[in-house]
Amino acid sequence: MMFEAILLTVATAATPLLIAALGELVVERSGVLNLGVEGMMIMGAVCGFAAAQMTGSAWIGLIAAICAGAAFSLLFGFLSLTLATNQYATGLALTLLGLGASAMIGESFVGMPGVRMQSISIPGLTEIPFIGKFLFGQDPIFYISIALTAAVAWFLFRTKAGLTLRAIGDNHTSAHALGVPVLRYRYLAVLFGGACAGLAGAQLSLVYVPQWVENMTSGRGWIALALVVFASWRPWRVLAGAYLFGAVTIGQLHAQALGIGIPSQFMSSLPYLATIIVLVLISRNKRLTLMNTPASLGKAFVPDR
Amino acid sequence: MKKYILGLAAGLGLASLAVTGAFAADKLKVGFIYIGPPGDFGWTYQHDQGRKEMEKALGDQVETTFLESVPEGADAERSIERLARAGHKLIFTTSFGYMDPTVKVAQKFPDVKFEHATGYKTAENVSVYNSRFYEGRYVQGVIAAKMSKVGVAGYIGSFPIPEVVQGINAFMLGAQSVNPDFKVKVIWANSWFDPGKEADAAKALVDQGVDIITQHTDSTAPMQVAAERKIKAFGQASDMIKFGPETQLTSIVDNWGPYYIERAKAVIDGSWKSHNVFEGMKEGLVVMAPYTNMPDDVKKLAEETQAKIASGELKPFTGPVKKQDGSDWLKAGETADDKTILSMNFYVAGVDDKLPQ
Repeated sequence: MMFEAILLTVATAATPLLIAALGELVVERSGVLNLGVEGMMIMGAVCGFAAAQMTGSAWIGLIAAICAGAAFSLLFGFLSLTLATNQYATGLALTLLGLGASAMIGESFVGMPGVRMQSISIPGLTEIPFIGKFLFGQDPIFYISIALTAAVAWFLFRTKAGLTLRAIGDNHTSAHALGVPVLRYRYLAVLFGGACAGLAGAQLSLVYVPQWVENMTSGRGWIALALVVFASWRPWRVLAGAYLFGAVTIGQLHAQALGIGIPSQFMSSLPYLATIIVLVLISRNKRLTLMNTPASLGKAFVPDR
Repeated sequence: MKKYILGLAAGLGLASLAVTGAFAADKLKVGFIYIGPPGDFGWTYQHDQGRKEMEKALGDQVETTFLESVPEGADAERSIERLARAGHKLIFTTSFGYMDPTVKVAQKFPDVKFEHATGYKTAENVSVYNSRFYEGRYVQGVIAAKMSKVGVAGYIGSFPIPEVVQGINAFMLGAQSVNPDFKVKVIWANSWFDPGKEADAAKALVDQGVDIITQHTDSTAPMQVAAERKIKAFGQASDMIKFGPETQLTSIVDNWGPYYIERAKAVIDGSWKSHNVFEGMKEGLVVMAPYTNMPDDVKKLAEETQAKIASGELKPFTGPVKKQDGSDWLKAGETADDKTILSMNFYVAGVDDKLPQ
């Protein structure tokens, strides 16, 4: 039972990281670096919470969060794509704006218990020992996150549109010369990234901890950003990274509760260390990594005519 | 809104602030530095309630500003100095880690009064105020030992500083006064405020079999986890009953308002003097939320314990007490002095954890 309980806790901790990182992965594959993940995520968290609170439906909250994340990313898109501003600065500004704006929107929702998104239950399957609850008894966002990983992997590496998106990320000038609508692709990628970040935020305020408090993302957007790089822009590696991070986080808490006497400060830094080490190890083939790195990442694109 | 205005002013250069300062010369400008957001519904929320009470009580005589989510360390010094430069004559810095930055800035601004919460370094213009939260923790320990079926409670700590260690020890001693074999499992979140991580810590504790959770971190997440897993829990810093109507046993409520009003008044009438106060239930700084979700006899015992502590009849740190390593700390009847309490860096016997040093 303990094994299953730990597995469930790990999944809940890993899901927001996975979803936000998948969104950012698509954005970066198109050659755009959006450092505003944390800001979009917290906007998703507050809007999802507020909508669910006002309507009583977690699903409406979820949709509101996705829309909020996407709408917020549009601001980034307009500035960095249409006006070709510096992507680093614009993304950072988006994070700061998101943290401030969400605090303002959420002010009247502080101290209210939220609406929890219910976990599914399939008679006969959910009761299977050890893995029943993990496979068949979790909240809908967990299943969405797994499906999303598969979908992103399929889209990027098995469809023509995915190939085009990667081509833009590698060399936007050549893509443009070939007649590919670079900015349209990038806008759609940025919107997708925003929607994912919003969804990740909703997972926080509707499943993980059903409440609204300022700054409740506590840096998860930044971890998602780091995961994308360490996973060398590969969707399934992002999944592996997110679960590894979650597992070590939860593992160190359990180790502490067992009282095994390793300094807690060290244990708290373990998830970061372990994830970095493992992801660096699996992507140490330099040629492969270079191949996966979008070459025009972070560079503004101004069509010459 | 003040924080936005101040932030904007800082962005444009502090010149604009100096101008507004001149107009409000007869008002006392009071600044607050918060470790978290006022919306954390815990530690910072209660300080902000105190600030609001002060504004209400003193009306036109004061004008308050706060800077929220200021990290402890180098950033803190910059933020405190910013308030001092902007003409604030009384500044409250409300977290342990602001201690050295506060003292440092105070040296540069001898005419500004500083009040640092939960620390121990004072100066001519730096006061220290602290609350005997541990008195409340002792009562919680008594309740926990009465209510727990397995005899083990889970304790989510933030950082291993004296204030938190006092709480763990007082909780343990309170519990041992009822059940000498009571155990406490401790998890350090290494953060004051991270709802997700606090929830994870609570889940880990429940999975390891505790049936009571108490926290010294600032969000309501552990209370929610306890409610979901149908065990009991204690709130922290504010009344969290809304997050666990059938879960919360009680909560230590930090009541800073009266102190803030008193100190602002003292600056206005010129009677402010540096001091080092350490107040608790007796002075009304530590208030207990209603005792709920427990049988009447436990409630009665809790109320009696609280009354004894408030009257001074019972001091939580009274011997015989052994340290975790088995050595004697307090002899029978001996009580710990405030200096020992304020620098506490060891566990009493029975705590199932190794204190990070």
